[in-house]
Amino acid sequence: MLSDFLLRALLGGLGVALVAGPFGSFVVWRRLAYFGDTLAHSALLGVALGFLFRINLTLGILVVCQLLALLLYFGQRQKHLASDTLLGIFSHGALSLGLVTLAFMPQVRVDLFAYLFGDILSIGTADLAWIFGGGGLALGGLLWLWKPLLAMTVHEDLARVEGVAVDRVNWIFLALIALLVAVMMKVVGLLLVTSLLIIPAATARRFATNPELMAILASLIGCLAVIGGLYGSYTWDTPAGPSIVVAACLLFLLSFLVPQWSGAGSPERGNRQ
Amino acid sequence: MSTAETLLELSAVDLVRGRRHLLERVDLQVRRAEIVTLIGPNGAGKTTLLRIALGLLPQTSGKVYRQPGITVGYMPQRLQIDPTFPLQVKRFLAMAGGDPERACSLLEQVGAPHVYESPLQKISGGEMQRVLLARALIRKPDLLVLDEPVQGVDVRGQVELYRLISAIRLEQGCAVLMVSHDLHLVMAATDRVLCLNRHICCSGTPEVVTLDPAYLELFGHLAVYTHDPSHNHGQHQDSPGGADVK
Repeated sequence: MLSDFLLRALLGGLGVALVAGPFGSFVVWRRLAYFGDTLAHSALLGVALGFLFRINLTLGILVVCQLLALLLYFGQRQKHLASDTLLGIFSHGALSLGLVTLAFMPQVRVDLFAYLFGDILSIGTADLAWIFGGGGLALGGLLWLWKPLLAMTVHEDLARVEGVAVDRVNWIFLALIALLVAVMMKVVGLLLVTSLLIIPAATARRFATNPELMAILASLIGCLAVIGGLYGSYTWDTPAGPSIVVAACLLFLLSFLVPQWSGAGSPERGNRQ
Repeated sequence: MSTAETLLELSAVDLVRGRRHLLERVDLQVRRAEIVTLIGPNGAGKTTLLRIALGLLPQTSGKVYRQPGITVGYMPQRLQIDPTFPLQVKRFLAMAGGDPERACSLLEQVGAPHVYESPLQKISGGEMQRVLLARALIRKPDLLVLDEPVQGVDVRGQVELYRLISAIRLEQGCAVLMVSHDLHLVMAATDRVLCLNRHICCSGTPEVVTLDPAYLELFGHLAVYTHDPSHNHGQHQDSPGGADVK
């Protein structure tokens, strides 16, 4: 029988992996990996502010992630700095600011390891509520934006000419990612959030002929990684968050042993006609 | 033609970025069922002007009028899709709306029916141009805006595509605003040519423009087009080949 804490860990992990699949696919398609990293790195600042203002820590993370997403949304419209430079500034700035702020509160003892790499085995009922409430909201929002987002991923101007409210969709999408990142923190920690977004999606790519299939496969692969990682963690007493990521990486490598479905082809192997 | 309704009109449009004047007092008018071609050297602001005309980019000053309620079909210069994005041509066409039958028949019209099920990243540059044109046509546009429609297409294909564009205009009565690098092949398929180099240098029918000193100065000897009057260019007398539109 599964003990309670393991069952909650499994539920939380699976919930996050399910939502991460479709989001991760968009992160891969739109090259937003660094963007996700930046949001995740700001989470520690959210924790610090949570302690400072005595509010729920997940709420603190959520607020900081949302504010940063908004800031980045406007930041990306300027042309003075390349967007990866801008992201680098925000990413490391926010992480360091979080650590420094925590240092100013000596009465607060923080298990840094848990925030950096996740603490899935300590997931409580309230965390599950956050994961399923927040994750469900994020997923619902994504499904609502699915068509316009796909059109924008193909070509923004073309989407705009065809009537998509590009700016609004973009802004909501970033807010949804920020919500998901805040929710994922507990499971894999701020350093590994992006990996759970992009590794399952990258694994799914070889087998997908259309965007929806890739999103669904990414969810399933993410779930497998969570199950495998938790099993490994339980068996060998390894840290759970990193074990999940290792499992995801193994699935990625193993996927190359599986023959590709026809038509899914990756372009570098493509034969032009 | 001058009595036809105006679908698009730009008057005295300026675009200034920092200290650079990218477009200067540009006037442009496209009427229903008219083909207008913008030509000009690299960096002349052709694509920028198209984007302003489409409302994708705000102008610094001047007026842009698009007739309310018209459907615009847009063909961007290039499509860069991440290799990780699994998208077949048929899905790409379906994204613009319309049923699969229409997508298929359009793909056949533009001469690329064989790529219907191919991943978008696997088709050649020439095939991509044809697919983009088909996508622009799906929504039955009143105005087609084409940014270098024949880029990456071999000469034979270019002639075919231009022929197709003028056939589409005749069949559907839509107006066409397109950008082209040179005037050679586009001659037969265009009513009016605007020569752009940040400002409009000269304009008129292709025959008039090719003789304009401003045009010759811009394009030098490369652009000299010897037009043989006995050689017939009128698209109504062309016997269309593979690019026939029914």
